[in-house]
Amino acid sequence: MRPYGDTLDDGATQLSFTLPVEWSEAADEAARQLVARMGFNDVSVVEGRRIATGFSYFVVYARTPVAVDVDAIRAPSVKTAAMSMDQIDAFVRERIGRKVRVAGACIGTDAHTVGIDAILNMKGYQGDYGLERYKEFETFNLGSQISVEELVRFTRERDIDALLASQVVTQKGSDVTNFTALVELLEAEGLRDRIILICGGPRVTNLLAAELGYDAGFGRGTLPSEVASFVAHRMAERLPA
Amino acid sequence: MEVRIEPGVVEKARSLAASIVLPISEFIAAHSTVSVERAVLRLLGVDGVANDEIPMPNAALDALTAEQRAGGVARWIARGIAETAETPATVAERLARGTLTAEELLDVPEAAARAALTPHVQAGLLRVAERRAERERLLTRLPQSPAPLLYVIVASGNIYEDRTAAVAAAESGAQVIAVIRSTGQSLLDFVPYGATTEGYGGTYATQENFRIMRAALDATSERLGRYVMLTNYASGLCMPEIATMAALERLDMLLNDSMYGILFRDINMKRTFIDQHFSRMLNAYAGIIINTGEDNYLTTADAVEQAPAVLASQFINEEFAHRAGLPDEQIGLGDAYEIDPKLEDGFLFSVAQAQLARQLFPKAPLKYMPPTKHMTGDIFKGHLIDAMFNLTSVMTKQNIHLCGMLTEAIHTPLLGDRALSLENARYIMNTARHLGDEVAWKPGGIVERRAQAVLADCVALLERVADLGLMNAIEAQTFADVSRAPDGGRGFEGVFARADDYWNPFEEALLPEGRTAAKAAAR
Repeated sequence: MRPYGDTLDDGATQLSFTLPVEWSEAADEAARQLVARMGFNDVSVVEGRRIATGFSYFVVYARTPVAVDVDAIRAPSVKTAAMSMDQIDAFVRERIGRKVRVAGACIGTDAHTVGIDAILNMKGYQGDYGLERYKEFETFNLGSQISVEELVRFTRERDIDALLASQVVTQKGSDVTNFTALVELLEAEGLRDRIILICGGPRVTNLLAAELGYDAGFGRGTLPSEVASFVAHRMAERLPA
Repeated sequence: MEVRIEPGVVEKARSLAASIVLPISEFIAAHSTVSVERAVLRLLGVDGVANDEIPMPNAALDALTAEQRAGGVARWIARGIAETAETPATVAERLARGTLTAEELLDVPEAAARAALTPHVQAGLLRVAERRAERERLLTRLPQSPAPLLYVIVASGNIYEDRTAAVAAAESGAQVIAVIRSTGQSLLDFVPYGATTEGYGGTYATQENFRIMRAALDATSERLGRYVMLTNYASGLCMPEIATMAALERLDMLLNDSMYGILFRDINMKRTFIDQHFSRMLNAYAGIIINTGEDNYLTTADAVEQAPAVLASQFINEEFAHRAGLPDEQIGLGDAYEIDPKLEDGFLFSVAQAQLARQLFPKAPLKYMPPTKHMTGDIFKGHLIDAMFNLTSVMTKQNIHLCGMLTEAIHTPLLGDRALSLENARYIMNTARHLGDEVAWKPGGIVERRAQAVLADCVALLERVADLGLMNAIEAQTFADVSRAPDGGRGFEGVFARADDYWNPFEEALLPEGRTAAKAAAR
């Protein structure tokens, strides 16, 4: 499979980027050659202009010759069969028989609670109520800038079933560093296997979560009920038959 | 394009805000904080770090007992000068290192101490006044382009990269540069020292970083023939100290909200109220325009629902600012374009809110923040939403316009993102420059009805807050769906009651009445 412009397999791709060079005809040509070296064909620099002293901006159209086999790709989704809040509460009452204890926080120095709040706060997101509203979930939203140590201590002291770690800031890989630190500390403290560990954030994918040793990862646009449903099902699976 | 609003309702809102803030002001007057005291030290010229990398203002203050501190740090420096004839910086350093102790200074007569400190207080105030005069001269010689002033952020973590980005943005039309702080800095109870090249989600606010950026923007201003403003964040645990550094390095604006830290950073409310007051007194004197943070109410909660809370917070921020001596021209009240793009007539609601703020705060340099909550990885749609935001801003005559980035939801802006964003704003604001002067809203139409409803709901909300008291209202989740306890949150341990003989010579000079007295004395 290749990108589709107006004809199957034409490989049409748009690119835009800045080069640290004063604009000139030579700068346009530099942009064209750069894209050609990336492996693109039929490179066309449709816009090139100066945006500041020593910087130029380019818009480029080109065709890529490379292709991928989509059937060979595995990217498992964690979004289980959709259930409503009431259905999830009923499921927990019936299958688990006690309240599920959930804690969430923005870890490290990240102060952006928009993601964790969307999932946990009563109000929820896009009309889908947050976990605080669920009758069968006992929810703790620890807020922003919670250290990994603090979160692990809280997990042990409050006997948490499911832990949600959120990271919005991703500069210089700080999100992955923090997620890794959390999972390592949980393992060192012998807590990892006792809990359902979930990470979330606009750049998180379930594939990344699996690589980091999390049970699931939820990215942009996730609804609270999707997280609640995953937690409930995973809890039920873990119970002795 | 004015909407009709009843003057009586507006007066009611202002009188409610005054009654909400009054008891807090009384509390503020009876207390101080470690950060206020460290700001006093900085104004006296105490800077640098002690051996173990602790900033000298922290080290000197920490050398005092709680009881000694309660009278104000200024007295101990004053006594030290009277005793040793050294500078405030040397006295502070000796206190920090233990080569001079407060116990040795107990017998210095009060009059001698005060007399010894007075020239240093005046020198500190003069440094600030000179930077202000310098700004005024530059603004006359290098006039800014017409408002809305285009404001962009730089946030690489490395002050030298930030400098490159800031200069490039200024060349693309930016008139205000904000250096976003490293994400953890608001919770540090000290200000880092020196130039920094490592930060996350932003760059540490340090006095040296301020100096580096100011120098680069001054050179750029001369080259472009228009003054480029610099902004940072007097928020978090070190508000008064950041305000001091900003005053000394001629920053032009500061984010400085009376409640933001409480609600969104879980900083103790008493700490914040005291700190915002002293920092705003200093901002008033330094001619720094404050920016308030009402946009934050809208980033998690629904913008349509929260509109009355935004307005209520604007009234409260205005009242706090007036009490600190800030004139309307320095109170950049905030709002944001955050209404769900899927909502029918959402643009009309945004215009109604922006127009309402314009009419209620006619002299305030309103700060308008871009869409963030509904921005996604779809940069093309994001660029369109930003265009509607730009249109709202120019037609309702906002003053400080934080340019939205098409990549808002993805990363801190790349250099090219900023150029595209500035181009978008320049295009819309030029092509629709006088739209606001040409249109009249339909009497009783959607825009006018919305503005009137927001104002009415705001008054109802202020009434509730006035009944509960501001501290209890914050605990009862009145703002941003967040509950904070009066004695909870970070930094509470740094709040202390003033002793009967508490002395803060800068506060005396900066209080509205103190400034009048100082001017009279000068004549």
